[in-house]
Amino acid sequence: MNTHIIKSLFFVLLFSIYGSVVQAASDATDEIAKYREMISDGNPADFDEMRGENLWKKPSGPKKVSMQKCDLGKGSGIVKGAYAELPKFFPDTDRVQDLESRLVSCMTTLQGIPEKEITTKPFGGDNYKPDIESYVAYVVGQSKGVKMNVSLNHPKEKEAYEIGKRIFFYRAGPYDFACATCHTQDKIRIRMQDLPNFNKAKDSQAAYVSWPAYRVSQGLFRSFQWRLNDCFRQQRFPEPQYVSELTIDLAMFMARNANDAIYAGPGLKR
Amino acid sequence: MMKTKYAVGFFIALIGCPIAALAGDKNDALDAKVISIIKRDFHDKGIARLDRINQDSVQAMCTQYLNNPPIVDMERLEAEQEKAIKWPADGKYMGDWKAGEKLAQSGIGMTWSDKPDAIPGGNCYNCHQLSAKEISYGTLGRSLLHFRAQFSQIRSGEELQRYVYGHIYNAKAYNLCVKMPRFGHLGILTEAQIKDLVALLLDPESPVNKQ
Repeated sequence: MNTHIIKSLFFVLLFSIYGSVVQAASDATDEIAKYREMISDGNPADFDEMRGENLWKKPSGPKKVSMQKCDLGKGSGIVKGAYAELPKFFPDTDRVQDLESRLVSCMTTLQGIPEKEITTKPFGGDNYKPDIESYVAYVVGQSKGVKMNVSLNHPKEKEAYEIGKRIFFYRAGPYDFACATCHTQDKIRIRMQDLPNFNKAKDSQAAYVSWPAYRVSQGLFRSFQWRLNDCFRQQRFPEPQYVSELTIDLAMFMARNANDAIYAGPGLKR
Repeated sequence: MMKTKYAVGFFIALIGCPIAALAGDKNDALDAKVISIIKRDFHDKGIARLDRINQDSVQAMCTQYLNNPPIVDMERLEAEQEKAIKWPADGKYMGDWKAGEKLAQSGIGMTWSDKPDAIPGGNCYNCHQLSAKEISYGTLGRSLLHFRAQFSQIRSGEELQRYVYGHIYNAKAYNLCVKMPRFGHLGILTEAQIKDLVALLLDPESPVNKQ
């Protein structure tokens, strides 16, 4: 499938929405939903999933070992359904980890890749596609159709959730924003962009299970860590460290609130 | 009486109960841990320096009480914020609505991807409806369409101008935990820019008021 055709299709659609003054914003949302349906059996993230699967099986790093023995929480080598249970507590690292944090652990311990090499530039851009992003696409794709089941049984999981919740409500910066400033009301928008209300299970579930996602406007597959990173950018905060406790705990808060929803990623976003 | 209440509620966003219910009980040890994680896990990037995560008294109070602090604290801090408003030295509140409209459209500024010399916009359309022509507007804040007609019966003339200037300069002086940024107080917009926005909202010829 040609991603450029998809991109131009999308923009033609968008412009036709913007061009029509009489159409209300809810119509715009409907149009984007229609567009999603139209290409639902051909999400460009498929390419990232395929690339990720190939890389996963390929020996690499200084130790020339593949990722196939990586334990994502369901046992060594089990990828199917793993993402629907993350973040979770891992005894070997003695901490709660999200998918990307766990991938970093596997890449450093199994393959011998220095952590800095992975975490310095973890997000893709023009002509740059880090392996970890493709691993993400592959792994989350293996949970498509699986019910979200994030545990708070371990005390550290419970604590991560509580810390994540507090980070969500933390107001600071030049605009006094918290995550909660834009994400605790029903049916509101920034410009034309709908904002999920994370006080509500339904919104929390719909938002969480559609990430990671292919971003049409950027022509790139984006991970959940990227999603949080870009939220903080728009919140006018400084940058959160990639796979830091801060980001993992916030992800835990959001993932747990999405429990019982059917995971549907990789998603497709404007 | 109702009208006065309505005026006081000007710019109020929805705050309160559902958030409080979600955040649960207070836990001092955990709160301290959260602060240490926040200080450790953010870093400088571009113009967005780490000191931005340090809360001032308003941010700390609104975070602690999930935007619903005790009335006595709320009134004390609102009074402090109001006292700190720097009113225009020339006593004039109205600038150029055309410049105001441009500023209202601009949503750039203050992010780590903005250049240091980028002039921050007013971000108004991000959250408010203002002119009938612009259909791409946000709904976090109330609609400001036909602002003059909406508010002229409550206040008028220079009193209304001063009131609007004060809200854009520091909305938290009127309602402590409101969502709206403190554009003057935190140095996002200049005095002249705020005057331009006051004109956009109050000039009868501006697209906000002229149908």
